[in-house]
Amino acid sequence: MWDSIKEFAGDFFVTGDPLIYGADVSIALVSVAIVFVLTYFKKWKWLWTEWLTTVDHKKIGIMYLIASLLMLFRGGVDALLMRTQLALPEVEFLQADHYNAIFTTHGTIMILFMAMPMMFALFNMVVPLQLGARDVAFPFLNALSFWLFLFGAMLFNISFVIGGSPDAGWLSYPPLSELSGSPGRGQDFYIWGIQISGIGSLMTGINFIVTILKMRAPGMKLMKMPLFSWSVLSSCITILFAFPILTVTLALLFLDRYFGAHFFTLDGGGMSMMYVNLIWMWGHPEVYIVVLPAFGIFSEIVATFSRKTIFGYKSMVFAMMVISVLSFFTWVHHFYTMGSSADVNSFFAISTMAIAIPTGVKVFNWLFTMYRGRISFELPMLWTMGFIPCFLVGGATGVMLAVAPADFQYHNSYFLIAHFHQVLIGGVVFGYLAGIYYWWPKLFGFKLDEKRGRWGFWTWNIGFYLCFFPQYFLGLDGMTRRVYTYEWDRGWAALNFTSTIGAFLMGLGFIFQVWQIAWSVRNGQRDKTGDIWNGRTLEWSIPSPPPAYNFAVVPQVRKVDDWWHEKEDRAKGIERPKQELEPIHMPKNSGIPFIMSGFWFLVGFGFTFDWIWMVIIGFLGVFGSLYARSFTYDVDYYIPVDEVKRTEQKLRGATR
Amino acid sequence: MKAARKRLRRLGTVLAGAGMAVFLAGCENAIVLDPKGPVAEIQKDLIWISVLLCAVVVVPVLAIFAYIVWRYRDKPDNKAPYEPNWSHSTKLEAIWWTIPIIIVALLGYFTVRDTYKLIKPPAETAHVEPVTIQVTSMDWKWLFQYPDQGIATVNYLNIPEKTPIQFVLTSNSAMNSFWVPQLGGMMYTMPGMAMRMWLQSDGTGEYYGSGANFSGSEFAKMNFKVTSMTQDDFDAWIEKSKQEPAKLDHKAYQQLAVKGTAPIQTFGDLEPTLFNSIVIQNGGHHHPANGLDIRGAFPVKKDKQDSSAGGSQAADSAASGDQPDSSQ
Repeated sequence: MWDSIKEFAGDFFVTGDPLIYGADVSIALVSVAIVFVLTYFKKWKWLWTEWLTTVDHKKIGIMYLIASLLMLFRGGVDALLMRTQLALPEVEFLQADHYNAIFTTHGTIMILFMAMPMMFALFNMVVPLQLGARDVAFPFLNALSFWLFLFGAMLFNISFVIGGSPDAGWLSYPPLSELSGSPGRGQDFYIWGIQISGIGSLMTGINFIVTILKMRAPGMKLMKMPLFSWSVLSSCITILFAFPILTVTLALLFLDRYFGAHFFTLDGGGMSMMYVNLIWMWGHPEVYIVVLPAFGIFSEIVATFSRKTIFGYKSMVFAMMVISVLSFFTWVHHFYTMGSSADVNSFFAISTMAIAIPTGVKVFNWLFTMYRGRISFELPMLWTMGFIPCFLVGGATGVMLAVAPADFQYHNSYFLIAHFHQVLIGGVVFGYLAGIYYWWPKLFGFKLDEKRGRWGFWTWNIGFYLCFFPQYFLGLDGMTRRVYTYEWDRGWAALNFTSTIGAFLMGLGFIFQVWQIAWSVRNGQRDKTGDIWNGRTLEWSIPSPPPAYNFAVVPQVRKVDDWWHEKEDRAKGIERPKQELEPIHMPKNSGIPFIMSGFWFLVGFGFTFDWIWMVIIGFLGVFGSLYARSFTYDVDYYIPVDEVKRTEQKLRGATR
Repeated sequence: MKAARKRLRRLGTVLAGAGMAVFLAGCENAIVLDPKGPVAEIQKDLIWISVLLCAVVVVPVLAIFAYIVWRYRDKPDNKAPYEPNWSHSTKLEAIWWTIPIIIVALLGYFTVRDTYKLIKPPAETAHVEPVTIQVTSMDWKWLFQYPDQGIATVNYLNIPEKTPIQFVLTSNSAMNSFWVPQLGGMMYTMPGMAMRMWLQSDGTGEYYGSGANFSGSEFAKMNFKVTSMTQDDFDAWIEKSKQEPAKLDHKAYQQLAVKGTAPIQTFGDLEPTLFNSIVIQNGGHHHPANGLDIRGAFPVKKDKQDSSAGGSQAADSAASGDQPDSSQ
């Protein structure tokens, strides 16, 4: 009996590495602490009614934000472990297999469980407010998206203490990711973690397309919509076409692994290159999915902090739509060296370079928004200032990579690593951080501290250049990605050591930011006006944080940057007509998204461990949840006028 | 204000100087930028062309950016014009739609030109009989077979200078990628397929080579030394290698295929059908046309391939370049 328990535990838990045991202990301690705090302060009910069952887009946005920051921490620790291992040649800090697992989880987590949820956090926190809407089009679905993402992410994350991490790279090319190359459980965690959260991502895409197309305030024609919402629309359209490809690809890989199909194994007549094509048909649009909203964020911030209308609004919209279409025609540039013909490589080289055209136009438009403006450098703008030079250089190296014959020399080298970190950190992460600083006061009612924020900004930025610039030269000097060690006689030590110093500076920057948030919760400047930056769009016309229903009366929009113009009119003494309050129609909270996602977790976990009974329970639960929801008719309620009046008086009383 | 501007300018000069110094130092040591053969030479030129064309846009834009941010900063004594509603200029926007289009068109021209150029072996050495080397990436070592010379090596590669080398590439497990930066860019190795590319060394020397696509546990150990030598030295080395008692037959191959790293080895004899059977065993029989690739125009010596292939489909198609899919 004892032996079989020991055998089971040896298979179930990851054993043998002191780092992992350390993680086990800290996970156990944190879990106990959370349970203790919730019990001691009697917060279980509060947790359930206010958060776990909420369908309020603002709260869902905040939960996405917290999850993504936690994942940024996890992915960042992975990165620092790797940089420690590579700091000098022949370091024996991580074993080969452990290193391989770490770069796999670093990549997967940073893209799918950090960038995506941070983007969804911003969608949720901002889009309905910008549109003058009271919630997204499908609030229940929105909650379900979040919980699917979270349970998928957790399923992926537990793999490093239970069952073993995936270690075939973040895109897991077969045949390495097939049963023959990766017989362990890690690859199954990978498949199911991404599948479950991927359903959530697709639903979020649909939800925000409908929200943007159908829920805009009256008068807000599409061409009067704020550019961030435009960027969300272009990103969501891209999601709509890209994510199903990911789902199908991973489903086929699952069939290969679980049922011995041969979609991607050559010895059974399959084709591994098909996987590589499919995964990049999703993977390339994916990077535009995450960067387009960052472009939208910068457009809002540049206009606000230059106190000037965005330059070339129509060009901006057109450029984003062009990018989201072109992004589907460039996937082959990820494997020019896989033997496609000169015709194919030429086509994809040109289509890839072509994306630089609309992107370049956007940069010019941002510059000329600042031109003849009045630029102030608060944190959101500071991060935008960090973004522009960084993204320019990153974009230029991207164009260099697009040159197919030259790419034969960059491919899979550190040159490539440096490039995509430069656009993903310099573009996406800087953009989201700027967005978080910008909209934080709106959601939380206080500003994040400027001083600590600046320390964070400078350590992040200096760290970034120290970390990634040496990597371009390492790549040109022949260092390939994903090596866990290298020899002294390669001459790569100095550059690698510099890179590691930079990585730790970025880690320090993150710590400053955590400190900044913790400090500001108590001491941050409170936002009494709801319009702390002198903003331009509708979200700044309501109190911070906004009431559950967002807008007491639905605004009537006349122009682009309507709130800015309303303020101008007011200064001239022109008041817009007052509208009557009406009862507000709101969706009711529901526990089903949480429960259903929990059952999906069981499905994924069951498949991973080959426990069919658990899979069956999971699916029964999923279908039970669907059934229960289908026959729930009591899904909405009205907030009476009195209550709206009272809330508004409380929130606005002091100001207006 | 004037002093501030002066200080800023000085800081800018220092930063630019330091950046330039790091950049040049980095480039000087980079092996990709120190080519030793015609393929890497073309690629290096293309890299510099693309750097220049990008710099033509990026450097002025960075300068404009710095200027605008400085000129229009929000200071009470700033006398620069402020036009909060100026938001459109067809002329300006036309300019910056056009500039990137021109740059991309130029760069596209060079890209396409060289993409096609690199399919063919260099004209200068067209009269020289190419050497064929069959490359197999394994877990976690490289096997190099010289079918015409009848020898094989593990984890090191010797080639004659000024001779086109035709590489035929496959893998017996995960995908990998064969890369000798100073001779030219990389090419994937994949199981069940024979990829092709050609490289050439213009002089004698030792070059670093490695696997470039992650293939599992000890992937980091898959690097190898390439020695380019004179034809005489090469011939002498072949003769010497033939004295090695070890023969690379199916049994020796099975031993070599066991997962793990391996020291450098030399096999004095070679089972001629081995490479083809590696391709076939790993799935080549399902994909008879998989010898086709970007470098397909390169002349595989058909007669020799045939004699060693024993009628295998994979080798035939690799040789003739185009064959109907006959197995399905």
